[in-house]
Amino acid sequence: MFWSVTLSLLEGFGSTLKLFGLTLLFALPLGLLICFGSMSKLEIRFRFRGGYCAFRPISALMKTFVWIIRGTPLMLQLIVMYYGPGLIFNLPLLPRFSAVLLAFVINYACYFSEIYRGGIESISKGQYEACQVLGMTKTQTFVHVVLLQVIKRIVPPMSNEIITLVKDTSLARIISVYEVIWHAQAYIKSAGLIWPLFYTGVYYLIFNGLLTILFGWLEKKMDYFKN
Amino acid sequence: MPILEVKDFRKRFGNVEVLKGIDFTLEKGEVLVIIGSSGSGKTTLLRCLNFLETPDTGTMKVGGETLFDAAEMKKLTDKEIRMRRLHFGLVFQSFNLFPQYTVLKNVTLASELLEGERLRAEKASHEEKTRTMDAIKEHAMELLATVGLTDKAESYPCQLSGGQCQRVAIARALALSPDILCFDEPTSALDPELTGEVLRVIRELKSTDRTMIVVTHEMAFAKGVADKVIYMADGVIEEMGTPEEVFDHPKSEKTKAFLGAGKEFQI
Repeated sequence: MFWSVTLSLLEGFGSTLKLFGLTLLFALPLGLLICFGSMSKLEIRFRFRGGYCAFRPISALMKTFVWIIRGTPLMLQLIVMYYGPGLIFNLPLLPRFSAVLLAFVINYACYFSEIYRGGIESISKGQYEACQVLGMTKTQTFVHVVLLQVIKRIVPPMSNEIITLVKDTSLARIISVYEVIWHAQAYIKSAGLIWPLFYTGVYYLIFNGLLTILFGWLEKKMDYFKN
Repeated sequence: MPILEVKDFRKRFGNVEVLKGIDFTLEKGEVLVIIGSSGSGKTTLLRCLNFLETPDTGTMKVGGETLFDAAEMKKLTDKEIRMRRLHFGLVFQSFNLFPQYTVLKNVTLASELLEGERLRAEKASHEEKTRTMDAIKEHAMELLATVGLTDKAESYPCQLSGGQCQRVAIARALALSPDILCFDEPTSALDPELTGEVLRVIRELKSTDRTMIVVTHEMAFAKGVADKVIYMADGVIEEMGTPEEVFDHPKSEKTKAFLGAGKEFQI
């Protein structure tokens, strides 16, 4: 029994990992786009009551978006993503996994964008000015000077967020994606067993243990410089 | 013909006029020292010369070529501004070294990027690229020898003392062979026992006939190294002349008060 439960949960955890991996794959770059958007300095100026008023449309749009996504529960976003298109626009339902993946990518991209922004804004003005007086372009400055310093600074908060993502995948259960929790709950119904549900904790623990080691190694790898 | 001609630089930040019309010239090989109390506009002036700030009015010529004209500034592309600012080098108060690169790479990075761009545009051969990059490294090692840090070429900035960091910053600023090298209070962030090594390097550069502009609070050093001294107060040049004129026979009351204030503390 123990062995068959282990295998069944492993299958469920495979689907957990797939959701985790694909979310990272899409959310990491999307987060950078949202980050650049919310830092955009594109400005519209208009007269208002005798003075000038400045408005940054792209930045405002991205910040509102991040506010909505970070301000509502991920579980609610999953439900809206799955049932919303059908109920509101009468569209066909997305496949369960795609709906969950989409909701996760959007949610995590917003969190990542804020971490990126924090990292980029923490780089001192002096670094940019040093690049400027040495005749570097903005792209060269970002790629050759700023980027690695940003990566070093965001590894700790990113690892925190990524470990949270591992556990948040369990929310996919709410719209019946067959991940590890769903598999464990199936035993309650079919065999009246509760321990497989508790047993899922071991899977999360082991995987997060591995991630912790990986991030620790990454931090050590960049220990050779301080900023 | 003077190497640098600045005419009527004015700069305002909001309602505060930081520079109220600055005019001066500098001959090739001369060292200009700018002194003055905090808030007098000396750092802003230096930043204007390096295109880190844009003056509201005024012109600047380097070697007879108009580098800056406030009236035409908006028409310039980023690339043109980039090329123009290479006439100047700037050493910052807080070094601003790139922490993730070795000392050598700090010195070579800008040249490598600049030459890399040129070589790509010319579709240069692989050998020529290697030759150019080797030449850049060699030049960087010479500069590190000038500032006495050959043995630190492979160290990272976090392993160096403040004085060593500032010497690397000087080598880095020299890498692109600027016509005029500027120092913005190069020893203000250093412990007193470390200022000497940085000042010595600057003094040695003077003997190699470099044109330099130094903003500093080190009066003894200023007097020793300067060919020309500017005392700035409230955004104007209050007094300008040789070190003897400004330090020993100041005409303006403000200059006398400024120089006198320091003396009270001397033992």
